[in-house]
Amino acid sequence: MMEPRGLIAMKERELIITAALLMMIVVVPVLALAMIFAGKYRKSNEKAKHEPKWEHNSIAECCWWGVPCVIVAILAVLAYKTSHSLNPYKPIKSDVKPIEIQVVALDWKWLFLYPGEEVASINFLQVPEKTPIEFELTSDAPMNSFWIPQLGGQIYAMPSMRTKLHLIANRVGEYKGRSAHISGKGFAGMHFVVRASTRQEFDSWIQKTKKSPLTLGMEEYNALIKPSEYHPVTTYVLTQPDLFEQIIMKYRVPTQSL
Amino acid sequence: MRDAKVSPHQVMSHTDQGEYSRTIFGFWVYLLTDFMMFAALFAVYVVLRKNTLNGPGPKELFDLRSALVQTLVLLFGTFFVGMAGVYAHRNKRRKTLLYFGLTFILNSLFLWLMVSDLRRLIEMGQTWKNSGFLSAYFTLVATFGVHVAFALLWTIVLLVPVLRGGIELFSLRRLVCLRMFWQFLNIIWIFIFSIVYLLRGIP
Amino acid sequence: MFGRLGELALKHDWIEYAAGLSMVLGGMGVCAWVTYQKRWKWLWKEYITSVDHKKIGVMYIFVAVIMLVKGLIDALMMRTQQALSVGESFGYLGAEHFQQIFTAHGTTMIFFVGMGAVLGIINVILPLQIGARDMAFPVLNSISFWLFTAGGLYILISLIIGVFAGTGWSAYPPLAGLKYNPGVGVDYWIWSVQISGIGSLLSGINFLVTILKMRCPGMTFKKMPVFVWAVLATMMLVIAAFPILTADIAMLTTDRLLNTKIFTAGSGGNPMMFINLFWAWGHPEVYILILPIFGIFSEFVPVFSKKRLFGYTSMVWALFGITFVSFLVWLHHFFTMGAGANVNAFFGIMTMIVAIPTGVKVFNWLFTMYRGRIDFKTPMLWFMGFVVIFVTGGMTGVMMSIPAIDFQMHNSLFLVAHFHSVIIGGTLFGFFGGFSYWFPKIFGFTLDEKWGARAFWCWLIGFLLAFMPLYLLGFMGATRRLNHYEASNGWQPLFIVASLGAVVIITGVVSQCIQVYVSIKKRREYRDATGDPWDGRTLEWSTPSPPLFYNFAHIPEVSERDAFWEMKQRDTWPKKPYEDIHMPKNSSVGFVIGMLSCIGGFAFVWHIFWLAIVCICGIILSLIIRLGNKHPHRIVTAREVETIEEGKGVLK
Repeated sequence: MMEPRGLIAMKERELIITAALLMMIVVVPVLALAMIFAGKYRKSNEKAKHEPKWEHNSIAECCWWGVPCVIVAILAVLAYKTSHSLNPYKPIKSDVKPIEIQVVALDWKWLFLYPGEEVASINFLQVPEKTPIEFELTSDAPMNSFWIPQLGGQIYAMPSMRTKLHLIANRVGEYKGRSAHISGKGFAGMHFVVRASTRQEFDSWIQKTKKSPLTLGMEEYNALIKPSEYHPVTTYVLTQPDLFEQIIMKYRVPTQSL
Repeated sequence: MRDAKVSPHQVMSHTDQGEYSRTIFGFWVYLLTDFMMFAALFAVYVVLRKNTLNGPGPKELFDLRSALVQTLVLLFGTFFVGMAGVYAHRNKRRKTLLYFGLTFILNSLFLWLMVSDLRRLIEMGQTWKNSGFLSAYFTLVATFGVHVAFALLWTIVLLVPVLRGGIELFSLRRLVCLRMFWQFLNIIWIFIFSIVYLLRGIP
Repeated sequence: MFGRLGELALKHDWIEYAAGLSMVLGGMGVCAWVTYQKRWKWLWKEYITSVDHKKIGVMYIFVAVIMLVKGLIDALMMRTQQALSVGESFGYLGAEHFQQIFTAHGTTMIFFVGMGAVLGIINVILPLQIGARDMAFPVLNSISFWLFTAGGLYILISLIIGVFAGTGWSAYPPLAGLKYNPGVGVDYWIWSVQISGIGSLLSGINFLVTILKMRCPGMTFKKMPVFVWAVLATMMLVIAAFPILTADIAMLTTDRLLNTKIFTAGSGGNPMMFINLFWAWGHPEVYILILPIFGIFSEFVPVFSKKRLFGYTSMVWALFGITFVSFLVWLHHFFTMGAGANVNAFFGIMTMIVAIPTGVKVFNWLFTMYRGRIDFKTPMLWFMGFVVIFVTGGMTGVMMSIPAIDFQMHNSLFLVAHFHSVIIGGTLFGFFGGFSYWFPKIFGFTLDEKWGARAFWCWLIGFLLAFMPLYLLGFMGATRRLNHYEASNGWQPLFIVASLGAVVIITGVVSQCIQVYVSIKKRREYRDATGDPWDGRTLEWSTPSPPLFYNFAHIPEVSERDAFWEMKQRDTWPKKPYEDIHMPKNSSVGFVIGMLSCIGGFAFVWHIFWLAIVCICGIILSLIIRLGNKHPHRIVTAREVETIEEGKGVLK
């Protein structure tokens, strides 16, 4: 995340650096004082003053109650502001029309659905650069967390629930994504590649994928949800555009036993 | 037998007084923790009470009249246990046994009514396995029932030495704790009655 | 008859066999040695059935140290796996085994090392510091200890029979639910945490009542040592937080045993509730692990600086500020669950507010050192290590309290480095410091300083080597709990450095073992004859080392803070005629309840329901029998006291 390639990630990095520097104002003096006092007032240093009963000084106390309060107040304002501006649910302002991608966490792979383009892929995400991406996420497996560090922060993907994330890739490139929450045996294999390309390349990828022999409808999906690890990249033609909704609805229906 | 008019309190040695005070206070602290535990169960109930999965919900399932009867039974039970505590402090053995006995009978009745209610639901096919709402309801009410069952057992265990020998100091300490426990359970039931039964109509 | 227990339970890979075998052999070795020394009766009488807070405290620390060794071995295995498992290679641990190891590691360290160390030190020192003879409820104390041990046994048993959970120590549903983990692993975790949690809760009640009701005459609140204040604040946290965990785990248990739908993903359940309740307990828990440590530092920093503690009043206010705010921050453990900007912001701001009183405390300790005369005995070394590591950990914590930052850092190795910084730098270093400080009081001789210093430097350097790379790895996008990663990530060199750090830490532990061994060998040379080896300030130093079983022949009467120091300055010692002392008798009820709980939980894990019910009935029966015991006290007559005191040559 220290090499951001997306707007959100860039702002997050800025924030990390700002916060760290602000805190150095307290941390550096503390460490320095600790070393200085340890050296100067050690037993063997006879020259140092010894005041065994000195236990109170209002000015000193005001300082170290006061200065941290000020720093925390600044950080609090930052926290509030960025909690809103970098809210994963907040759409990214842009002239370019956003692209919608639905994400389903499965055992132990990521399924990406492009409802508008009617394609789907596993463990591979192709997006056009400089285009806001609106992710809608759910899971048909235990809780997972969807994370592309170079583009921005993560959000949980949970069964029977719908979460949202907004990211944008500022540059062409290949970025890594992974699951950031343990979901069972094959969780370490749940990494995927995000390829941000030009708009033309994206469109041609869509065209190519639409010619894929593999289709993804409800039947194929039910075969897909069987556990598999380090699943190879696969692309499909999405024959069921409301598959995402169907997956969420699965959990809203009563089941007698598990 | 000790003089019936003198309260065990008055003949306590300094050590015993300390122990009495510590035990009562410690038990009170324990009741706080039990309260926190129920608070967590209530929180889960409040969150899950809408999740009926289109099955019958509180409005359809809860018999308010039965709940009211249970409340009254429990209230009287608690009234009697309060009386029992008073008589125990005054070292009145017979009255203590009588009122704790009445408490026992009433609270057993309460437990029987509560279990019947739950049985009725199970026979209708509405078990805890069906939905989040039913799970939360059963868990909350059954936990309360287990507490009542424990209190009933405890009542018998404590009354046996009183029956045999009288209210000695160490019995008094425990009888007071038992009385506190019954009163605590009554308070929890008030919460259950309000949050689970009375609020059933409110979205 | 045996539920789901079958031969499959004993099937393991070679590493698990080796671990199980060495554990069994170790246990058998200890038993053989005890038999050879003919010490079984002594062990039963002096320790197992003891209700003496000093003995119970020592047992807690003993169990905590054993669990520390187990947890560190887990850590070494994890580090080496992650250093090796790159690209084509998948290391030497299978994924499921690796997941069990880090789950066991977390559970062991938090519940059995952290809580054990803290409860152990409080047990030994608290009554002595307030001038009391024991805790408010000595038998309850014994029950608490044996419940704690029973919980810990599951982690060891699961090495041989069955498996442990592979869900991470926080065991979130739906992964920890019946659908994804129907086996015994999660059940072992459940009973381990549930049973030891009840033990901790009972201790909370016990210690709270002790502080509020058993202080010696003259010790008003304002004259209590800061350690006692810290324990008071901690016990308030225990009492409020642990019941939430009890309820939470009980509901996970009904989900798994009775098929309730409370935390399931479908059927109207809500896994997010588990997470909310878990962290509503979990955050106070980490303060439970650190506040007593702050108390410990407030005790020995003044002693080794030969100076009064700076800012007593603000120290106490800071303690309660932290206690209060710690209930308002739990959501920061799951900012990424999608609660919304305002909710996230609120909890984030509350979290950073906690840094203020914490920082105040650090400054107060430093200014206790200012213009003091500091003797850098081993405890002070641990304190300096704490300042360096804990403050870094605290800083990274405040960074992550900003939700937008946490979106990147959550569940990364940056988070892992943060909490290890505060727990190792705080709880563990503080425990080591307190252990070195109070060791002479408990055992009658001081620890070897040379080996103590060596152990400290190994731990400090080892910690930096093991965890600084993890901060960097977090920035590089590394998630926690991975058993394998791609070579192109470029993470391997840092993992190798971290493994080196783990090895250096183990060297530190070895040094500590050598330290204890050498000290025992040289115990005549290191003997503490006066009871006050450090020129202490508080009441525990007015007793002989080790203290007599009744602690004080005369309950002290106090008129100032730093009571013992004042007594020494004035050189006046109250001389009173000896009196009869009432002491509680030993009791086996603690041990019995502990073991019945252990077997009962085991029965629940394996679905041997008849046995579980038998154990529950057994526990109830034990309590009833205990209730019937009319004479649990014995009286030490004044004459006996006089003989003991004069025999010891102590006439204070």
